[in-house]
Amino acid sequence: MKKKTENSATLVRVIALIKPYLWLLCLSLLFAVITVVTTLYAPVLTGQAIDHVVAAGKVDFKAIVPILIKFLIVVGIMAASNWIMNLCNNRIAFHVVRDLRTKVYAHVQNLPLSYLDSHPNGDTLSRIVTDIDQLSDGLLMGFSQLFTGVVTIAATLGFMLSIHVGIALLVVVLTPVSLFVAAFIAKRTYSLFQAQSKVRAEMTSLVEELVGNQKVVTAFNYEEKAEERFYDVNHRLQKVGIKAIFFSSLTNPCTRFVNGLVYTGVGIFGGFVALTAGPAVLTIGQLSCFLSYANQYTKPFNEISSVITELQNALASAKRVFDLLDEPEQLPDKENAVVLKEAEGTVGLSHVAFSYVPEVPLLKDVNLSVKPGQRVAIVGPTGCGKTTLINLLMRFYDVKKGAITVDGTDIRDMTRESLRENYGMVLQETWLKSGTIAENIAYGRPDATMEEIEEAAKASYAHNFIRRLKDGYQTVIAEDGGNLSQGQKQLLCIARVMLCLPPMLILDEATSSIDTRMEVRIQRAFHKMMKGRTSFIVAHRLSTIREADVILVMKDGDIIEQGTHEELLGKGGFYRNLYYSGAPEEQAAE
Amino acid sequence: MLRLARYLKNYKKESIIGPLFKMLEAFFELLVPLVVADMIDNGIAKGDKTYIYRAAFIMVLLGVVGLVCSLIAQFFAAKASVGFGTELRDDLFAHMNRLSYAELDKAGTSTLVTRITSDMNQVQSGVNMILRLFLRSPFIVIGALVAAFLVNAKVAVIFVIAAPVLALIIYGIMVLTIPMYSKAQKALDTISLATREGLNGARVIRAFGRREDETEEFTEDCNRLLKLQKRVGKVSVAMNPLTYVVVNLAIAAIIMQGGKQVDAGVITQGEVIALVNYMTQILNALVALQVLIVSFTKAMASAKRVNEVLDLQPTVLDQESFRLKNVSGEDVPAVVFDQVSFTYPGAKEEALSNLSFTVKKGQTVGIIGGTGSGKSSLVNLLPRFYDVTKGTVRINGVDVKDYPQRELRGRIGMVPQKAVLFSGSIRDNMKWGKDDATDEEINEALEIAQAKEFVDAKEGRLDYKLNQGGKNLSGGQRQRLTIARALVRKPEILILDDSASALDFATDAALRRALAEKTEGMTVFMVSQRTTTIQNADMIIVLEDGEVAGIGTHKELQETCEVYKEICQSQVSAEEVGA
Repeated sequence: MKKKTENSATLVRVIALIKPYLWLLCLSLLFAVITVVTTLYAPVLTGQAIDHVVAAGKVDFKAIVPILIKFLIVVGIMAASNWIMNLCNNRIAFHVVRDLRTKVYAHVQNLPLSYLDSHPNGDTLSRIVTDIDQLSDGLLMGFSQLFTGVVTIAATLGFMLSIHVGIALLVVVLTPVSLFVAAFIAKRTYSLFQAQSKVRAEMTSLVEELVGNQKVVTAFNYEEKAEERFYDVNHRLQKVGIKAIFFSSLTNPCTRFVNGLVYTGVGIFGGFVALTAGPAVLTIGQLSCFLSYANQYTKPFNEISSVITELQNALASAKRVFDLLDEPEQLPDKENAVVLKEAEGTVGLSHVAFSYVPEVPLLKDVNLSVKPGQRVAIVGPTGCGKTTLINLLMRFYDVKKGAITVDGTDIRDMTRESLRENYGMVLQETWLKSGTIAENIAYGRPDATMEEIEEAAKASYAHNFIRRLKDGYQTVIAEDGGNLSQGQKQLLCIARVMLCLPPMLILDEATSSIDTRMEVRIQRAFHKMMKGRTSFIVAHRLSTIREADVILVMKDGDIIEQGTHEELLGKGGFYRNLYYSGAPEEQAAE
Repeated sequence: MLRLARYLKNYKKESIIGPLFKMLEAFFELLVPLVVADMIDNGIAKGDKTYIYRAAFIMVLLGVVGLVCSLIAQFFAAKASVGFGTELRDDLFAHMNRLSYAELDKAGTSTLVTRITSDMNQVQSGVNMILRLFLRSPFIVIGALVAAFLVNAKVAVIFVIAAPVLALIIYGIMVLTIPMYSKAQKALDTISLATREGLNGARVIRAFGRREDETEEFTEDCNRLLKLQKRVGKVSVAMNPLTYVVVNLAIAAIIMQGGKQVDAGVITQGEVIALVNYMTQILNALVALQVLIVSFTKAMASAKRVNEVLDLQPTVLDQESFRLKNVSGEDVPAVVFDQVSFTYPGAKEEALSNLSFTVKKGQTVGIIGGTGSGKSSLVNLLPRFYDVTKGTVRINGVDVKDYPQRELRGRIGMVPQKAVLFSGSIRDNMKWGKDDATDEEINEALEIAQAKEFVDAKEGRLDYKLNQGGKNLSGGQRQRLTIARALVRKPEILILDDSASALDFATDAALRRALAEKTEGMTVFMVSQRTTTIQNADMIIVLEDGEVAGIGTHKELQETCEVYKEICQSQVSAEEVGA
């Protein structure tokens, strides 16, 4: 019951999406009616014509020709209106989808990062791409089949009743039989299909595991075992597959058979009526017209199950899309929010507390004051909350308690955009857009000239490798920089920041997977950028740490020690241990 | 697709009976209009009630026989196509298992997964469709034509004109729209890409304040898709009206022409109705065929992709006859690289050039170097995952090519870079290393791998169930289990391919100590980015760009090897800081 109200709520929202195209919808409905009526009227005319074809020497061409001309006109109207109707439907469906997709995308860009961080990207992606596509298919199907189907049934019924009530009733009574048969088969096959998809899922996950890790399989001589396991699943799939496919393929022949019975019934009964009551009640032409109606009338019934499944899928998809749309957007900037101009670079954290989930408090009471131009190194094992700190500084997340200030102003009183413009950020997970190298470097300043771009690349030691690429700065990089090495990607990200060079920096040193030479370059570029700028650097290199003005030692989500290198060594705490273990960073594989 | 037809050979009977009965069903369907015509002409026109009864009986009979034929056809088609799919899948899986690393790199394992799952499903239903329906539609078209000629040749001429025109419209539109659809699909892929980028790059986009630009770009992508969809829509919606017009023109012509024939006493009124019916049957058959062709093209494309996999030939093969001399004895070196060069298939540059070194039994070898310097390539040559391009790799004095692959790999314990575990209990996973391993052996391996403690803390210990990929363990725990898995078989050679990267310093050190103490006689290859991990090795190989930059102990290399010194400096070790 609850599901029903939910469905209808979704339906109402889908209809709201169509609202801007109301006139198209009306047009579509109008032409749908015209299409159906003309489609049904055509057999009446052929019936009339055939009635004038009685027997040798008894064919009345004078009567036939005008009927046929009328018939062709009707056919013409039908063709035209069918065409217009479908054009309208396409237009509505495609436009609605475009509107919705753009709206959802814009919404996602305004969602708080907490949503994006806590929901798998793949899921959001499939809502924006696949689900909306499904909705589009559903809309098209709904318009073109459901509506015309209903009109067809109603109109056919009307026509049949107008010709002969008895035969019409016969058709009405017999047709749903095919529906019952289809439902009966569907019910039986449902469990078989479920069994099949269960085995199929089992097979998929087995294949994903084994073939997906074929190299490990080879390394451990596991091939024979693997084949045995696959054989077992595969042959279970065969058994259940034959049954599922066979039973599901029963639907068509069976409904066809029932339809055939209806057709026969009409033929016989009609034949008797024509025979006993004579042409006054039912002519042969009318009988042939009836026969074709019997077919027309059953068609929507045969299609109804697939239409309903499609619509249900579309509604389910629409619901998933609406759920995404219903996610609250991040708090808008305050009305009187100030625009942070070129910041001096004083950053203060006072009594900052933060947690992603209330049950697991992370930062408890963090205090820090950074003077302009100071370097702050953040040190600690993986998962200690370094990323959390970055999230708060950039205001990707808001603090739960306390405040963060820049140049003395609470960052919640500034526009997000202006705060972020004052930070240059280079993260370890490099993100590049598919496009040319030049476009990527100019990402923060799309109006930069080619000279400026090259200069930034030179300053970040990226120029050399870019120059050697086939198309230089115009080289198109694949999705996620697929054709570049990790180090090269990192250099590009640095160049991207170098071009804007904001007054404050957030840098994330790479842990591994970059070769030594490349690393030296990245270090040098970092140093160049940090000169005279307030910088926060997640550090793994001892040299970086030693040179910092303030070192924050983080553990389990909190800052446990704070001070300069010498001070901290003197303290003899966690930092000292870390330092002498020679492994300042528990290098993560992922 | 034809190449795959041999997988039907065990289902010859089914593959013939299926289509045959389908055609029978079609044949009975073609008879119906004639029966109706007969009923009209002889029953109604002449007022003969028994004639109508008979006609009714015949029609029901035709329906029943048709239904039975159809069911038989469906059953055999299902049996044949599923059998086909099952056998092909078995073969495909076995084939994938025989591929060597070079082919796996080429095809990509995730591609292989889709080939054997969704592509195979597509091919299987394609076969099912062919068996069931592919002959049916042409048969009905031809049958209706023949029937029309049997009724009256003069009227049948209309069929000869109309049928090709209809076919032309249907397939013309199809040919026109298929490239347009694929263009629209590409536009949708672009949207998908843009979305993925927008999600993955959310932080950077916000950091640079580019949200609005991204949204604008996305809107443009959507508009492009909209335009393409509308364009293809315009063509495809023309099909129904056009075919409808043609069919009805033909029907009008049939009535006119048929009228003349009736007037001349050649045919009857009922036969005219039958002819009109045949026309509609032709249209329905052609439309059905069009739907079929679309799904058939999909199946063909999938079949092509499956064939591509079957065409991959394993490059690493066992020798025809083994010349395995049992060279043993203490003085035979465990591993010898003799002027080995290796180029990845399809690559231009050598991954390893002219590598020579000798490792004694029980030695520990450290391998260090930057990314792409050839560290993993080197260790992958030992179990012969790839074949060398030049030179030889000898294990126990025998060329690795002269071992049966199973035997060679049985001697080696491999711990790959990526810690891969499989769903199942910890015990199941450990048995990958040794089929008949006892709990005692497993525990011993776990202990050396520093995994005993956390395994014992798990509920059920060795029976603890791992999720797919071992996702319910931490990265470090996974790595320790993969090390234990390799140790269970007590290999002669243990390869650790940067496999301690997720371990903290203390565990890493304990692991190395345990390896040194408890695995006497085992030769160990240790690939690492960290100098601390390998500095105690008996021999360190420093690689740069696939060439040896230095071989020796930590001390020796620090004096002689520039590259090694550079690496050490960037990772200032505890030793130096302390000093």
